[in-house]
Amino acid sequence: MTIALETRNLEKTFGGLRVTRDLSLKIEQGARHALIGPNGAGKTTVINQLTGVLKPNSGRILLEGQDITDLPVHRRVLRGLSRTFQINQLYPDLTPLETIGLAVSERLGHGGDWWRRMGTRSDVNGEIADLLTRFHLLDVMNEQTVTLPYGKQRLLEIAVAIAAKPRVLLLDEPAAGVPESERHDILAVVGSLPRDVTVLLIEHDMDLVFSFADRISVLVSGALLTEGPPEQVARDPQVKAVYLGEEAVNV
Amino acid sequence: MSASSDVGFHAQRHARWHYGEAAFWLIVLACGFVFPSRYLIMTDILRLALFAMSLDLILGYAGIVSLGHAAFFGVGAYAAGLLALHGVINEPVLALIAAGLAAMVLGFATSFLVIRGVDLTRLMVTLGIALLLEALAERFSNITGGTDGLQGIEMQPILGQIPFDMFGKAGFFYSLAVLFVLFLLARRIVHSPFGLSLRAIKNNPLRAAAIGIPVNRRLIAIYTLAAFYAGIAGALFTQTTAIASLDVFAFDRSADLMLVLVIGGAGYLYGGLIGAVIFRMLQEVFSTITPQYWQFWIGLVLVVIVLVGRQRLHYGVLFLPNLLIKQIAGRKAVVTVPESDA
Repeated sequence: MTIALETRNLEKTFGGLRVTRDLSLKIEQGARHALIGPNGAGKTTVINQLTGVLKPNSGRILLEGQDITDLPVHRRVLRGLSRTFQINQLYPDLTPLETIGLAVSERLGHGGDWWRRMGTRSDVNGEIADLLTRFHLLDVMNEQTVTLPYGKQRLLEIAVAIAAKPRVLLLDEPAAGVPESERHDILAVVGSLPRDVTVLLIEHDMDLVFSFADRISVLVSGALLTEGPPEQVARDPQVKAVYLGEEAVNV
Repeated sequence: MSASSDVGFHAQRHARWHYGEAAFWLIVLACGFVFPSRYLIMTDILRLALFAMSLDLILGYAGIVSLGHAAFFGVGAYAAGLLALHGVINEPVLALIAAGLAAMVLGFATSFLVIRGVDLTRLMVTLGIALLLEALAERFSNITGGTDGLQGIEMQPILGQIPFDMFGKAGFFYSLAVLFVLFLLARRIVHSPFGLSLRAIKNNPLRAAAIGIPVNRRLIAIYTLAAFYAGIAGALFTQTTAIASLDVFAFDRSADLMLVLVIGGAGYLYGGLIGAVIFRMLQEVFSTITPQYWQFWIGLVLVVIVLVGRQRLHYGVLFLPNLLIKQIAGRKAVVTVPESDA
């Protein structure tokens, strides 16, 4: 199996706090890999380093074998690494049509086009229509994003990431905050992603993790605790301790 | 696929010309024939409108605040003055473009300072650059004429055909033509994928980068273009008034520009144009009523605008035209003001 995304000895500190400790991960091509861990384990910090929002103090990040550690965010996207955010990061004033249109235009290299009008390229329009349909956004495509219900915004958040046609997709808690009634749409969309797309899922919801992932890495205090197939991780006494410990505190 | 053509249709929704827009430009053109004794102030308004459109490009679309936009206006003004004074380029249109390019070079060079930082840093950096240029213009008085300004500028006929007349008629139509051409260009640009990406950056730079938009490069591009526009506005100033003095760099000029956009609204291109008209009219009216305290009344108007909200004011102003259109044409209102708040 080829490795789609890899970290080698990743280290990140905020002041005196080590939030990522010597983290080496390998995510196989086409995998459904989940990164789990209690609150504050540093999962989102890892994502931010993978996507280039944060720079690691040391260690390397490889996308399909190529070192991307020093690339800026937008270059990683063009190389096929795309993400969703735990808290929606959308354009409040723009419509779903414009939001997705931009992502498609950028990927096809028309983003810097300053002369041709938006909406005059039939290949771009076709893709936008396709994505809007798939994500049940066709009926609200001309509404301002800020006015959309949360579930629709969440779908748009994922649609934007998919519009970049990623080879590796990072999903940061895709179902976070989505009401039960709208959850089904999101899970269906996540489940129907093409198999050649590698997915790294960060999630709190254990039902979702165990129904979706074929491999799980457990992060605790910024370091890798254990890794393996779901059944093995579920039985792991260390993992149980971490999660039970957390639950005991919550109760 | 019908959804695809549907998408194409809706994507071009804002890019299509509305009747209201055509009416706007016809009215502006008509002013040139209806008020032949008012060319000077109307030319002044056109220049201010172009200058404000320049700020709108960076502020309304890309979200870059600036308190030193006069830097580019000033460079354009002096460049046009020097070109004409020394007879380097005698033909006004060519000189205008050359002056715009000079400002553009400055815009490109300073864009790297401006795109770094957040709003407050940007305000300070842009302000600083304008002050710096003003001081330089004063210091190198052998070139700029110092506090006296450039004197004895004589403008050659436009395109070698149309001479500038003392009533300002040629100047007005010349300025109007320049404004309209640059407006068409700006309109084209803001409805392109590039223009849309600027709005995305303004809305959410984090997400913009996360879909592959090279944020810094786009900001540099629009800042440079806005500098070109401001330079042209400055060059028009010199060409139509035949003077260039230190006040082209003045802080007031940059600050007034912000007020123009606050009045007119940012992010839909017409804000600068409408704002310029209202701003100058208010200035005229108030300074006729109270020559000493007109600034007080301008200030009061601004406070009212901010308190009431521009959207509601626009709705009030556009209520009648919209009603007429509805009654006469029997269709839904087309005069609307799509805008994003600056």
